[in-house]
Amino acid sequence: MALFKLLINNRAYDADVERDTPLLWVLRDNLGLVGTKYGCGIAQCGACTVHLDGKAVRSCVLPVSAVGKAKVTTIEGLSEKGDHPVQQAWDEVDVAQCGYCQAGQIMTAAALLKEKPKPTEEEIVSTMSGNICRCGTYHRIREAVKVAASKTN
Amino acid sequence: MQTLEQTSRRNFMKIAAAASGGLFLGFNWTNSTALPVVVDAKSIAAGNINFNSYLSIGTDNIITIVSPNPEIGQGIKTAFPMVVAEELDADWKQVKTVQGNLDTGIFERQVTGGSGAVPHSWERLRKAGATARHLLVEAAAAKWNVPAAELTTENGEVLHKTSGKSATYGELAEAASKLTAPTEVKLKNEKDFKLIGQSVRNVDNHNIATGKPLFGLDFYKEGMLFALIQRPKAFGLKLKSVDSAAAKAMPGIVDVVTFENSVAVVGKSTWQVKKAKDALKIEYEKAAELESTADHNRIFSQLMDNGEATVRRKDGDVEAAFKSAAKVIKAEYQCPFLPHSPLEPMNFFAHVREDGVELVGPTQTPERARTEVAKITGIAPEKITVEITRQGGGFGRRLSADFVIEAAHVSKLVKAPVKVVWTREDDMTGGTYRPAVRYRFEAALDKSGTLIGYKLRGVGMNSGNSTREDNFPSGSVDNLLIDSVEHKSPITTGPWRAPITNFLAYAEQSFLDEVAEAAGKDPVAFRLELLEKAKKSPVNAVKYDVDRMIAVVKMAAEKSNWGKKKGVYQGFSVYFSHRSYVAQVGEIVMQKGKPVLKNVIAAVDCGIVINQSGSLQQVRGGVVDGLGHAMYGNMTFKDGAPDQTNFNGFRLIRMNEIPEVDVHFVNNGISPTGLGEPALPPAGAAMANAFYKATKQRLRNQPFVNEEAFKGIS
Repeated sequence: MALFKLLINNRAYDADVERDTPLLWVLRDNLGLVGTKYGCGIAQCGACTVHLDGKAVRSCVLPVSAVGKAKVTTIEGLSEKGDHPVQQAWDEVDVAQCGYCQAGQIMTAAALLKEKPKPTEEEIVSTMSGNICRCGTYHRIREAVKVAASKTN
Repeated sequence: MQTLEQTSRRNFMKIAAAASGGLFLGFNWTNSTALPVVVDAKSIAAGNINFNSYLSIGTDNIITIVSPNPEIGQGIKTAFPMVVAEELDADWKQVKTVQGNLDTGIFERQVTGGSGAVPHSWERLRKAGATARHLLVEAAAAKWNVPAAELTTENGEVLHKTSGKSATYGELAEAASKLTAPTEVKLKNEKDFKLIGQSVRNVDNHNIATGKPLFGLDFYKEGMLFALIQRPKAFGLKLKSVDSAAAKAMPGIVDVVTFENSVAVVGKSTWQVKKAKDALKIEYEKAAELESTADHNRIFSQLMDNGEATVRRKDGDVEAAFKSAAKVIKAEYQCPFLPHSPLEPMNFFAHVREDGVELVGPTQTPERARTEVAKITGIAPEKITVEITRQGGGFGRRLSADFVIEAAHVSKLVKAPVKVVWTREDDMTGGTYRPAVRYRFEAALDKSGTLIGYKLRGVGMNSGNSTREDNFPSGSVDNLLIDSVEHKSPITTGPWRAPITNFLAYAEQSFLDEVAEAAGKDPVAFRLELLEKAKKSPVNAVKYDVDRMIAVVKMAAEKSNWGKKKGVYQGFSVYFSHRSYVAQVGEIVMQKGKPVLKNVIAAVDCGIVINQSGSLQQVRGGVVDGLGHAMYGNMTFKDGAPDQTNFNGFRLIRMNEIPEVDVHFVNNGISPTGLGEPALPPAGAAMANAFYKATKQRLRNQPFVNEEAFKGIS
C-alpha cells in the first residue's frame, strides 16, 4: 500500500492503495466517484474514459502510480452544473438508452472537441468507434457530437 | 460523497408521506377492470392499503409517478409516466418519476422481458391518470359551484372558460383526495392525445450525463465487502479442491469461501479481490462431457438426420406434397452460442441477516431474485427486500437470478453486506448463452411456382423448442411440418433478446428469399402472395395478424422504393414477434468492389407509439444489435471452455460499422404491442438477402465474417 495524492476535478484527494491499482477502481471504490464505469478492464470498450491533462485515457488500464501530478477529470467534474456542451447535446439528442456507456462516450467526445472543435464526420466516427455502446445508440452519439461542436465557437 | 444508496432509497412511500397533503391514487395493476381507489396520505404513509401502484399529486404541484418495471434501456421509466400524464392532462414539466422497488402486494408483473410491459399496463396506466383527472375536476366543480361538464383540463390546471376561473392540480389535490373515486371513468379518444406520440427525452438524461450513481455497480454501502467468484473454467467441470492460502494472505482479503462449485474471494476493494482471485489454486474434475464447437457441429449433423424430433405443427400431407413437387429447395442455416454482453456486467448486493435479507441491484425479475434467495437462506420472502437499480443493459441476461443467489450465499457465509461483482471475463464465460441452433428448411413448389410444401427442423443446444411453429409462413402453406430436436449440453443457455427468433427470423427470411428466387418471383410479391393465402384461405390456425403483416411489408417496399433504385442491392425481411410487426429492407452498394450495407429501412407496427424519441432509438438500436451479432457475434468452445473471454476476442459492432437506419411507424391506433425486441429479428436477413443480390452468394451461417463469401469484406 502507498499513499497517492491525486488532483481530480480540481480537488485534492488522498488514496491509500496498492501501486498497481487501476485509476478506475481508485475512483470508484476509494473515492466514491462512480460516474466512471467498468466495462471490460482491458481498454476495449471505453466506458472508463477520463481525462488526464485534458486527453482521453482508459482509466481501467492506468495504474494509479502512473498518474503522478497530472490533472484528472472525470464525468463528475466535466462541468460544474452538468452543462458542458457535450452534456447538453447528449440531452438534446436524447442519446441514452441504458446509459451505462455514456459517461465514457461523453468524455471521449469532450476530449475530441477540445482538440478539434470542428471535427469532420470521419474524425467523429473514427474517434467514437473506440467506445462500445451495447444498446446501439451510435447514430445519436454521432449526431450529438455534431450538435456539441455547433455549440462551441 | 453521494452514493446510489442515498439517492435511491427514498422510496415512494416516503415521498408520498412527505408531501403535505394531496391526492394519492392507487391503481390496480392486476386486473384492468379494477377501479382505482382514492386513499389519503395517512393510509399510504402507514402502508395500510390494498392496491398496486400509485401516482401522487402534492400541494406543490409536483406529480410523482412510480414506474415499477426494471429499466434496462428500453425507456419504460419515461414511457409509463407519459401514459399516466396524458390522461391526467398533467404538465409534463411537473412530473417526477420514481423507480418502484419489488412489491408483489401492490404491483404485478414487475418484469422486464418479452417486450411486455407497455402492452400489459396500457389500460391500467390510462385509468390511473383519467381517474385522478376526474376527481380534480369534481373538486373544482364543488369549489366554484359550477357543473363539472363545464370544466376542462390542460397542463396541470382545471379551467372554467365561461368565468375565466382556473386552479392548479396542486391547489385542488387535497379537496380531490376526499372525494369518492368514480365507478367508471372515460378515457381520452386517441386522436386527442397531446403527450403520447410526442418525443419526450429520457427522464434520467441529466443523471446519466453527469455520472450520478444509478446502476447496480454504483451501489456502495458502509461496511460493504466486495466479492469476486471463481466458477469452473469449463462447462462440465466440478470443484475438487481449493488451496486459498496464498489468496487469503493478500492485502485487503477478508475471507475465501466455497459454495456449490464456486469459490468466492471476499475483501475490501474490487482490485484487491481480483488479484487474490487470480492467486487461487483450484483443482477441478470432470462431471460431464467437455464439449467443443467441433463436437457441436457433429451433433447437429447427427440429430438433424437421426434425432428424435418433437412435432410442433403439422398441416396437410407434407410427404405427398414433396413427392408431387416440380421443384424442391433445401438449405441449412446455423448460428453460434452468444453471450449477452450487457455493458454493466452482472453484479448484486446482498445483506443476509438473521431476521431478513436486503437485496439491491440490477435484475429484470426482482420477484424471482427474492424467491430464489428465500430458498437458499430459509428466510421468508416477506422479510426480503429487493431494490431495483437502473441497469446497464439486460438483453435477457438479468432474467436469471444466478448472480443474486451468489450474493446471498456469500453474504450468508461471511455474515456481512457483500456486493458480488463479475468481471467482463466472468460475464462472458459464465454461461446462460443464446443457444446454438441449426435449421434445415425444405420447400416444395408446383409447376406454377406455388409453395405447396414446407418443412422446418430445428436442432438446438439446450434450446427447448427452437421453432416458432405458428409464426409466418404457417397458415399460408397447405402442407407443412415443423419439428425440433434438442441436445442437452453442459453449456448453459438462457433467453437472449428476442429468444429463438433472434436467429430463426434471419434463417427463415433468408430461406424464403431462396424459395422466391426458385419460383421466379419477386421477394416482396412472394411474401404478399403467401400472406394473401393466409388471409383468404388460411390453413388451420393463423396466430399472427395477417393484415398488420401485409401493411408493414407494403410500407417497407414503398418507403424503400423497392426494386427501383439503380446501383443499390436491396434485401427484404419481415417478422412478427412479441405481438409486433417489423419489415426491413437492407440496401447494399458496391464501394471499391466491396459490398457495403449503407441503409436499412424499417417499417414498424407496434401499435400506438408512446414516445417517438425512445421508440425510434429502440428500433435503430434493435437493428444495430441484430446486424452486429449476425455479422460478428461468435462464441466457440474448446473442451468445455469458452474461447472468447472479453471484447478483444468477442467482437461487438462499433460506430464505423453501422448503416443508416430509416424508421417508419404504422399509425393504426391499435393499443401498444411492444417494442423492446421486435426490431431485432428481421435485421440479419435484410442484410443477407441484399448481400445475395450484390454477390450472388448466400450467407447461411452466422457470424457472417466467418463465411467464405464475406472474406476480405469486413
